[in-house]
Amino acid sequence: MSYHPSMIGLDGLAALIEALSVDGFRVLGPTVRDDAIVYDDIAGVDDLPAGWTDEQDGGRYRLKRRDDSALFGYAVGPHAWKRFLHPPLLRLWRAEPDSAGMKLTAAPEPEERFAFLGVRSCELHAIAIQDKVFLQGPYVDPHYKARREGAFLVAVNCGTAGGTCFCASMNTGPRATAGFDLTLTEFTGEFLVEPGSDAGAALLARLPQRAATEADIERARAVSERTAASMGRHMQADGVHDLLLDNLEHKRWDDVAARCLSCGNCTQVCPTCFCTAVSDVNDLSGATERTRRWDSCFSVDFSYIHGGSVRPSPRSRYRQWMTHKLASWVDQFGTSGCVGCGRCITWCPVGIDITEEVRAIRGG
Amino acid sequence: MAKPPRKPKLAVWKFASCDGCQLSLLDCEDELLAVAGAVEIAYFPEATRAVLKGPYDISLVEGSVTTQHDAERLLEVRRQSRRLITIGACATAAGIQGLRNFKDVREFTSVVYAHPEFIETLETSTPISTHVEVDYELRGCPIDKHQLLEVLTAFLNGRRPNIPAHSVCVECKARGTVCVLVRGAAACLGPVTHAGCGAICPAYNRGCYGCFGPKETPNAVSLAPRLVDAGMDKTGLGRVYRTFNPVADAFKKESERHGT
Repeated sequence: MSYHPSMIGLDGLAALIEALSVDGFRVLGPTVRDDAIVYDDIAGVDDLPAGWTDEQDGGRYRLKRRDDSALFGYAVGPHAWKRFLHPPLLRLWRAEPDSAGMKLTAAPEPEERFAFLGVRSCELHAIAIQDKVFLQGPYVDPHYKARREGAFLVAVNCGTAGGTCFCASMNTGPRATAGFDLTLTEFTGEFLVEPGSDAGAALLARLPQRAATEADIERARAVSERTAASMGRHMQADGVHDLLLDNLEHKRWDDVAARCLSCGNCTQVCPTCFCTAVSDVNDLSGATERTRRWDSCFSVDFSYIHGGSVRPSPRSRYRQWMTHKLASWVDQFGTSGCVGCGRCITWCPVGIDITEEVRAIRGG
Repeated sequence: MAKPPRKPKLAVWKFASCDGCQLSLLDCEDELLAVAGAVEIAYFPEATRAVLKGPYDISLVEGSVTTQHDAERLLEVRRQSRRLITIGACATAAGIQGLRNFKDVREFTSVVYAHPEFIETLETSTPISTHVEVDYELRGCPIDKHQLLEVLTAFLNGRRPNIPAHSVCVECKARGTVCVLVRGAAACLGPVTHAGCGAICPAYNRGCYGCFGPKETPNAVSLAPRLVDAGMDKTGLGRVYRTFNPVADAFKKESERHGT
């Protein structure tokens, strides 16, 4: 079904946050902390990063002042929404000895429902990829499902491309096309709001607003076009699947391995990386707990099997990450694992650039 | 009536060190009674004067070897111990006192002590593993008490300790800390340092000091230019890797690459 877009002001945005809160959502959105724009609890418009933007490059992130008071005038930061939908550490169950032998208690799933404010198009695509990984295969992940179901997504069409952004190359942005309840496009002090679901339309109906005009809609399209034209990075994505898999012994892997710290940062900030380590650990009381934490294909133990690690060298680990992300992911899940958000470039301490690595391999 | 099974005997030994790692065991507070219930504390002078004779099922060894007397004492500790676990940076990688390895220790003693002739010490500070076989090395300056409990529990149950060897970065990301290096707040050794502390320093706007020593497959050479960008000079690069784990192979090599 089609929905009607509206225009809201700052009072409408405040009412949106208030309405989500009244409806029982835990509202999470961008806010300034530790010289960066992170995702955290949002109580109102005042918590949003008004007048802030960021400068991003390989291994470099700096918060800067804008010359206006835009609330969403920056690219994605260090956090991805996966830290809420797929938390870094989960207790799964605990087993305690009792008179009957063992008593097993599953960790309860949270009852709170999330509302994400300010989800970018690349992030909607990333969430859709994790939905596929966790919900759409033969084995549904109950922990992801509990957090994902009932989540309310307010997207924002990017008005600024970051220095490491390349969503336009990956066909994942900058304009949000699916997977949201509402989308905002920011103008000075005003937002075009486009519903993407019945829940979104119903919520929009409760906000102070005016009907959007053709001119408003045109202006929003122009914002996305301008952003698409100012991407900080570009990746030639066509044929990258075969390119990488045909070049598994390319000398560039040695080159990147010399720079790679195998610290795992790229995988931890990547909004689609989903790998975990599951550990059963007992304590001195005789109880055992099973936990699941984010792991990384950059750690040696990640590929440990009897006799040792399958990928002992950083070269093999970097190659595994990049070929999975851009090539074998397609075979496995039917889409690329990369959404062009640029986080792996910005948050790599030595600024390894996945777009540059592809270019180098393409160069022969 | 059958006798209850004998509890494993635990001994805690001190070599050249500050006692901070042993203190982590006493620091266990809530879990200390569980430890005392699971083992018989047979030798732990920092906690009790009671001494039980060896052999011991588990020996925790703190500190490095800096005297001939300690080198000989350590052989006896090993002989008396079924399992020997080193605790902390001194025991594992020579500790702060390992700075002597790069200089002339007699010069130090002549400056520090009024009567250096009373000081009998070795030219170098060496890890426990230089002298005897070690069953497990627990990292940190000081060690993390939760990791200590995990290692003790693992050994008491005959399983592998769940102590990841990945970078401190993984812990920063798990707790949501924004990278201090990338945002330009501090020079940080996190990408080459073994996890275990829970990434405390970056959470307080400081770079990682490398207390837990090198992570698995560390690449300090690649990190060096970024430390320079963050304000570290050549002298700093030479020194930063010597602070707590000066003889850990990857840290030693990198510090020597920058001279001094």
